[in-house]
Amino acid sequence: MDLYDKDVVSIKDFSKEDIEGILDLSEQMIPYAKGEKIDRTLDGKILGNLFFEPSTRTKLSFESAAYRLGCDVIDVSEMSMTSMAKGETLSDTIRIVNAYCDAIVLRHPSEGAARLAANCSVKPVINAGDGAGSHPTQTLLDLFTMRQAKGTLDGLRITLVGDLKYGRTVHSLADALTMFGVKLTLVAPEGLQMPQDTIAHLREKGCTPTVETNLENVISNTDILYVTRIQKERFPDVSEYQKVAGSYRIDNNLLREADRDLIVMHPLPRVNEIAPEVDSTPHAKYFQQAFNGVPVRMALLHSVMGGEF
Amino acid sequence: MEQAKEVRLTPIRNGTVIDHITCGQALNVMKLLGVNENTVCSSISIGMHVSSKELGGWKDIIKIEDRELGENTADKIALIAPDATISIIRDYSVAVKYKVKLEDKVYGLARCSNPNCITNKGEPVIPEFSVVSKYPMQLRCCYCDRILIDIPGHLM
Repeated sequence: MDLYDKDVVSIKDFSKEDIEGILDLSEQMIPYAKGEKIDRTLDGKILGNLFFEPSTRTKLSFESAAYRLGCDVIDVSEMSMTSMAKGETLSDTIRIVNAYCDAIVLRHPSEGAARLAANCSVKPVINAGDGAGSHPTQTLLDLFTMRQAKGTLDGLRITLVGDLKYGRTVHSLADALTMFGVKLTLVAPEGLQMPQDTIAHLREKGCTPTVETNLENVISNTDILYVTRIQKERFPDVSEYQKVAGSYRIDNNLLREADRDLIVMHPLPRVNEIAPEVDSTPHAKYFQQAFNGVPVRMALLHSVMGGEF
Repeated sequence: MEQAKEVRLTPIRNGTVIDHITCGQALNVMKLLGVNENTVCSSISIGMHVSSKELGGWKDIIKIEDRELGENTADKIALIAPDATISIIRDYSVAVKYKVKLEDKVYGLARCSNPNCITNKGEPVIPEFSVVSKYPMQLRCCYCDRILIDIPGHLM
């Protein structure tokens, strides 16, 4: 797939072969992402990093990826610092930013914002998370981390645990995993399970997930445990959040029941869903996962702004 | 039985008859077509909960005098009444008759049910859906992917 000048809005726009191609290029980017080799492919280009929601990993890893490729970055970190605070629409903001850069990375609190931006923009738009909707670059780095740890994605036993209702990473990830014939298990507290229409969509794509509320029941049959934070900021009612906060905690006691080579992943930030004692075990892959954001986003920027891969 | 039904709604001389409307949807059809006392100068007759052999139960029917609905306009009806038929009446005779049809994409007819969808945030954007299923009617928002089931409740 030639991604040059194309938008990256949803993982649903990618085929299995497209994804594998990006992951292969990401592999090649690792020494450049670490600074061990130098690549200035995007010298003279400018990336517009528009983040209308807080972000550490996604924003910084996009910046790092751009700089590692010789690309300059202009950015917005708060809506209040833009003309949107004066009532300007996102559509107009995107059209304006078009004049200042060669590609746009957008994070926005509303679902569908990236699709709208892509429709308004003549420059390629990369979705860095839109509300509770898609987060395709996170999905790609998650898949990359899984493949890196297990050697393949095909047929893995993957358990997603935590906030599966509001967590945008798990929606995109589950969708992508359907292409690889995985055995998917969804573990969430009452009221935070994956939305029915998302589960129906997974079934349409040939993946029938097992739905569980008790993590202990499935931990011994899992290759990859993908943990998500229960996101306070997505709850309309704080009392609803308090009912489910702390439902799951991954610690060494729980992991005693797990396969030796089970890996634990988390898109981060974590609050208390993974005990710090897990960090030093071979199970912990979440910091590696955070680093992988750089080579994967380098691969995307290289493809979208630089040419074929 | 058929004769008795005809008596309830008087034949019109010129205009449009919308028949085989899904039972209970007549008023939504009127809303969707923008047909009301301000846009029509002649009579409108509405029959609700009328027995229907074709639909095997009940249907609604609307007769609008002195206005011929265009095919594009009439096709909007398929969103909430996929079996509806349109008859254009001229001098008491059926001049044109066809069944409504739904395109794969639906533009600007319904709002997304997701309050956090960008199309509900004051952006200058026309809501767009792809048709997922016709029986029951389900639409997928092309922006946020949310499935819309309650279509009558989200007509624009």
